[in-house]
Amino acid sequence: MKKKNRLPALAMAGPVSVWMILFVTIPMFFIIFISFMSRGIFGDVVYDPSMESYLTLLDSTYFNVISKSLKVAAFTTLACLGLGYPFAYYIAKRPKDQAAKYITLIMIPFWTNTLMRLNSWLLLFQTSGPVNNFLQNSGITDAPVRFVYTDELVALGMVTSMLPFAVLPMYSSIEKLNKSLLEASADLGADAKTTFQKITLPLTFPGIFSAIILVFIPSLGVYTVPDMLGGGKVLYIGNIIKNQFGMIRNWPLGAALSCLLIAITGLLIFLYTRFTSIEEMEVV
Amino acid sequence: MAMSQRAKKKKSLKLLADFYAILIYAIFYIPVVVMMVFSFNDQRNNYYWAGFTTKWYGELFNNHALTDSLWYSVVIAVLATLISVTIGTIGALGLKKFEFKGRRFVNQMLYIPIIVPEIVLAVAILVVFMTVGVRLGMGSILIGHCTFCIPYAVVTIKGRISGDDNSMEEASMDLGANRLQTFFRVTLPSIMPGVMSAAFLSFTLSIDDVVMSNMLAGAKQSTLPVLILSMSRSGVTPDANALTTLMILIIVIAMVLNNYVKSALKKRRKKEVNL
Repeated sequence: MKKKNRLPALAMAGPVSVWMILFVTIPMFFIIFISFMSRGIFGDVVYDPSMESYLTLLDSTYFNVISKSLKVAAFTTLACLGLGYPFAYYIAKRPKDQAAKYITLIMIPFWTNTLMRLNSWLLLFQTSGPVNNFLQNSGITDAPVRFVYTDELVALGMVTSMLPFAVLPMYSSIEKLNKSLLEASADLGADAKTTFQKITLPLTFPGIFSAIILVFIPSLGVYTVPDMLGGGKVLYIGNIIKNQFGMIRNWPLGAALSCLLIAITGLLIFLYTRFTSIEEMEVV
Repeated sequence: MAMSQRAKKKKSLKLLADFYAILIYAIFYIPVVVMMVFSFNDQRNNYYWAGFTTKWYGELFNNHALTDSLWYSVVIAVLATLISVTIGTIGALGLKKFEFKGRRFVNQMLYIPIIVPEIVLAVAILVVFMTVGVRLGMGSILIGHCTFCIPYAVVTIKGRISGDDNSMEEASMDLGANRLQTFFRVTLPSIMPGVMSAAFLSFTLSIDDVVMSNMLAGAKQSTLPVLILSMSRSGVTPDANALTTLMILIIVIAMVLNNYVKSALKKRRKKEVNL
C-alpha cells in the first residue's frame, strides 16, 4: 500500500501550529513558571522556587484590588446582560434583512478608536464640561460635580465599551430560537411570562453564558478604561500587572496575578463546556 | 372593546421597545459624536468648550508625534493583516481537512488569545522576548498583533469551509489540475467571503490595539492608540480628535465605494448572463 502523503497537511497546518506553539504555548507556560520564582534585589528574576508572589497577593493592598476588580467586572457583566438582553431580543424579532442592518449599526461606532470614544465620556463629564455646565445652568447643582476619576465613570466606560460583546452572542441565540416552541407553549395555556421563563430563557442560555464570558473576562483584565477615565488613580488587576512589568519590576508578582486571571478564565470555560462545546461560542 | 384595549396596550409596548432601542443606540453613538464635535474646539487641551475652529485639521499634520504614530499603526496593521490572513487561510483549511496528531491541541491553543485577557498574553510574550533578548520595537508589536489576529482569522474562515466535502477539489484534480492550481482556482474562491471578513477583522483589531502594543513597544516607536493613552494624563489634544474624525470619514467613504462597486459588478454580471 502507498504511504499517505503527509506534505499537504504539514504545509497547511504547519505555520499556524508553529506560530501558536512559539507565541502562545511557550509564553503561557513560561509565565506560569515565572510566577513560582523569586524576585531579585534589582528587580530581576531569581530562579529559586518560592510561593512568595502568591502569598503577597493575600496582602490587604493586593487583595483589595483583586476583590474590587472582581466586583467591577461582575457589575459590568450584570449591567451588560440586563441592558443587552432586551435589546438583543428587540433586534432578533425584526425581519432578517432589517436585523442585519441593525447589527451593522451597532458595529459602526466601533470602527472609531476605542480610547478616543472613552475620552469622549471624560470630555462630557469633566469639571467644566457640557454635563456640569447643564447641571449648574439649570440650577440643579451650585458647584460642579466631580465625575472624573471616579469609580462610577470607570464603570460607565466599562459598560458602554463591553455592551456589544454581550448583545451579539445573545442576539444569535435568540434568533435561532424555534418559533413553534413558543407557539406550542402559548397554545398549551402558558402566559407570556411563563413562556419566557420556561422556554425562551433556558434555550437562549448558551448565548447568555457566551456573553458572560466575553464580558466578564476582558473586564477583569482591562487597564485602559481605568487609565483613561480613572486618571491612573483607580487601580485594577490589569494596572497592577502592567506596573510589575514596567517601572516597579516585579515579574513573579505580575506573573502570579496573570495566573490568577488564567485560573478564573479556565474555571469559566470549564463551566461553559459543561453545557456546550467551545466551538459554539460566538466569538466573532 | 376588550380587543381594542389589548391592541392599545400592544401598541404602547411597541413604542416603549422602540424607545429603548434608540436609547441603547444613543449610548453607542454619543461618544462618537462628542469626539467629532470636540475636534472643532478652540482650546488646546479640550478642558472646556472655547468656540468653533477648524484649525486642528491643518495643525495635526505639524504634530509629528501624531502623524508618525499613525504611520506605524497603519504599517503594522497592514502587515499583521497580510500575515494573519495568509497563515489563517491555509491554517483553517489544514485544520479542517486533515487529520493529524496534535490537531486538537492546536485548535485549543487558538482559543487562548481570544478568551484569556489580552494583558496576560502580552506580558507572557514580553517575558519570553526579554529573556531570549529580542529587541522591542515594530517587529515585536507585529508579532504580538499577529498572535491575536491569526486565531480570529482561523475561526472566521473555518466557519466558511463546508465540512468534509472535498468533491469540488477532487473534481478539479481529476480534470488534471495540480494541488496549487486547485487551491487558487477552486478552494480559495469558495472561501473568499470568509477570507475578506478575516482581513477586515484583523485590520480593525490591529489598528485599535492598545494593550499588546503598549507592552511590546520599544522606547522609540509607538502606535497611535499607545500615544493617545499617554496623552490622556494631560488631556487628549483636539488634533487627535481631528485625526480620528478624518479616519472615520475615510472608512465610511471606503465602505460606500465598496458597496457601490459590488452592486455595479452584480448588475454587469446579470447583463452578461442575459446576453
